[in-house]
Amino acid sequence: MLTRHYQELRLKMVVTTLCFALIPLLALGLTIYYQFTTAYELRTIEAVRTMVQNRVNSIELFLDERIAQLVTVANTHTCEQLCNEQYLQQVFKIMQHRSKSYIDLGVIDQNGDHIAYTGPHYSELKGVNYGKEAWFQAVMASGLYVSDVFLGFRKVPHFIIAVTNHEGNKTWILRATINSDIIDNMVRRAQVGRKGDAFIVNRENVLQTTPRFNGKVLGKPNAPNFSAVVDTIVERAESRGEESLFAAASISNPRWVLVIKEDLREAMAPLFRARHVEVMILLAGVALVVAGALIITRSLTSELMKVETERAKNDELMVQSAKMAALGKLAAGVAHEVNNPLQIISEQAGWMKDILESETPASQENQQELKQCIRKIERQVDRSRTITHRLLGFGRRMEPTQEMVDVNGLVAETVKFLENEAHHRGIDIQSDFDQNLPKITTDPSQLQQVVLNVMDNAIDASGKGDVIKVATSYNFQDPRVVAVRVSDQGIGISKDKLSKVFDPFFTTKGSSEGTGLGLSISYSIMEKLGGRIVVESEEGTGTTFTLFIPTES
Amino acid sequence: MERFRVLIVDDEVDFTETIVKRLKGRGLDADGVNSGEEALRVMETEEYDVVVLDVKMPGLDGIETLREIKKRKPYTEVIMLTGHGSVESGIKGLQLGAYNYIMKPVTLDELMEHMTQAYERRIIEAQRREDVKRSEQRP
Repeated sequence: MLTRHYQELRLKMVVTTLCFALIPLLALGLTIYYQFTTAYELRTIEAVRTMVQNRVNSIELFLDERIAQLVTVANTHTCEQLCNEQYLQQVFKIMQHRSKSYIDLGVIDQNGDHIAYTGPHYSELKGVNYGKEAWFQAVMASGLYVSDVFLGFRKVPHFIIAVTNHEGNKTWILRATINSDIIDNMVRRAQVGRKGDAFIVNRENVLQTTPRFNGKVLGKPNAPNFSAVVDTIVERAESRGEESLFAAASISNPRWVLVIKEDLREAMAPLFRARHVEVMILLAGVALVVAGALIITRSLTSELMKVETERAKNDELMVQSAKMAALGKLAAGVAHEVNNPLQIISEQAGWMKDILESETPASQENQQELKQCIRKIERQVDRSRTITHRLLGFGRRMEPTQEMVDVNGLVAETVKFLENEAHHRGIDIQSDFDQNLPKITTDPSQLQQVVLNVMDNAIDASGKGDVIKVATSYNFQDPRVVAVRVSDQGIGISKDKLSKVFDPFFTTKGSSEGTGLGLSISYSIMEKLGGRIVVESEEGTGTTFTLFIPTES
Repeated sequence: MERFRVLIVDDEVDFTETIVKRLKGRGLDADGVNSGEEALRVMETEEYDVVVLDVKMPGLDGIETLREIKKRKPYTEVIMLTGHGSVESGIKGLQLGAYNYIMKPVTLDELMEHMTQAYERRIIEAQRREDVKRSEQRP
C-alpha cells in the first residue's frame, strides 16, 4: 500500500515535470522548424527568381546584340552594295568573325524575292519568293522580326532575324539565320542539380530549346503551361508525384518564355538536413528531460520515503514515550490505591497487637475488636487484590493485538482507574453505556490508551464539582462504527486553539503537567485503528471528544 | 511522655478509627476526622498540637487544608501523609509549612516518633516566642 502511494506520487511528479519541461521545448522546436522552413523556402524561391531573370537578361542581351548588328549592317549599306553577293559574303564573314551563331545572310526585296544570299544553302534558297510568308508580312509591317525556332533543311534548330531598310520609296530586308545552339547553351546553364531543367517556350507553348528531361525541341513541354507569362513568376507544382518549383520569365523579342524547373526536394536538401538535425536535437532533448525527470523523481521519492520511514519511527518512539508516561501515571495511582489498604492493614494488625499485649486480652470486648480487625484486614486485602489484578490485566495488553473487545467493559475499566483520581479532585464521572453495543475487533490496549488520554484531559480540564459524562453509543443505521463520547464541563477550548489540539507538542497545561503529545498520539492511534477522533468545544461550557471506532479494523 | 493533642485527618474511616484507638492506648489525646472541611471545623473549637493530614482527599484536599490551617493556626504542626508517591505535593507541603512528609504505609511507632518530634518543635517554638516577647517588653 505504501509503495502504491509512492508510485502514484512518482507518476504525478513525472507527468507534471514532463508537461512543464516538454511543452516549451516542443513549442520552441516546432517554431524553429516552421520558421526555418518558411525562411528557406523564401530564399529558394528568391534564388530561382534571380536565376531566371539573369538568364532572360543574357538571352535578351544576346538577341539585342544580333539585332543591333543586323540593323547596323542594313543602315550602313545600300541595297545595291549588298546585292553584290561577293560583298555580302565579305560582310557575312566579318559578322561571323564576331559571332559563330550566324548560319547565313540574305537580302530580300519588297516583293519577297530573295535577291542575294550567302550561306550553305545557296541553291535551295536563292531566288525563292517569300512574299506569302507570314514573317515577311510581319517584317514589312514592323521593320523588325525575330522568328520562332524551326528546323531548316539541315534539320538543325535555328531562327531568323530580319530587319528592313528604306531607300526612297523602296524597302528591302536584311535577313540572317541564327543557330539556336547559343540560346540552348545559355538555357542549359540554368539546368541546376541532378533533376533541374530549363527550357524556352513560345506563345503557343512550343519548345524552342531542348529541355533536359521534359520533351523535344518544337514539341510540347512536359510541364505546366507558362506560355502566357508576362514578367516573372515562381510557382510550385506537382508532376509525377514530385514536387517541383517552376520559375518563368518572359523574353520581350521574340515573345518567348524561359522556364526553369527545380526539384523541390533537391533544392530543399540543406533544409531537410537542418530539419533532420533539429529533430534529432529535439528528440535528444526530450530524452534528456524524460531521463532527468525520472531520475529527480526517483531520488525525491526515495528521499521522501526515507524521511517518512524516519518519521514513522519517531512516531513510534513518541507513542512509546506517551505509553511510558501513561504507565508512570498509572503506577502512581496504583501505589496510592495499594498504599491506603496497606496502611489500614498495618493499623489493624498493630491494633490487634496492642490488644494482645494489653493485660486482659481474653475479654468479651477485646474478642469483638479482634474479630472486627480481622474483617477489616480481609476487606483491605480484597481491595488490594482487585487493584493488582486490574493492573495485571492492563499490563498484559501492552502488545499490539487484534481481539474481540467489549468497548463498554474497556471504557468501564478505564473509568475505574481514573475514578479515584477524579474523586479526590471532587469530580464526578457519570457513565452511560449503550447495552446494544456489539463486540468489535480492535487493539484493546491502544484503544484504552486513547480513552485514558481523553478522560485524563477531561479530568485536568474540570474543576471541583464538575461532572464528566462518559457514554458509548451504537447506531444501527451505521453498523460499522461504535462511538465513545467523553464530555466535560471544564474551561473549554477557544476556537483558534481548537484546530491545534491534535498537533504534537501543543498543550494548554503547564510544562510539568503535559507533554503536548497525548492528543496527537491519540489521533494517530485512532487513524491506525481505522477510526476517528473528533473534538467539539465551547469556551466556558466544556469540551466533548468523540471516538469513532470501526467494528472491524 | 508528655500527653499532647493529635488530630488525624484521612478519608479512610477504617484508618482513622483504628489509629485513634491505638494512639489513645498510647496515652495521646487523639481525634479523627474524615475530610479537610471537618478538620477545619473541629479546629475552630479544639486546640491541637499536631495534625496528621492525608494529601489526597475528596473535597478539600490535604494541601488546601494545610494552607487553611496555617492561616488560622500558624503554630500547629502538620505532618503530611500520603499513599501517592508524588514528590511535588511533598515539596509543596513543606513549602507551605508542614513539619514533615510521610509515605503510607507507616508503622505507628514511626508515626509516633514524627509526631513527638513535631510536638517538641512546637514547644521550642512557643518557648522562643515567649522569650522574644519578654525581651521586647523589657525596657
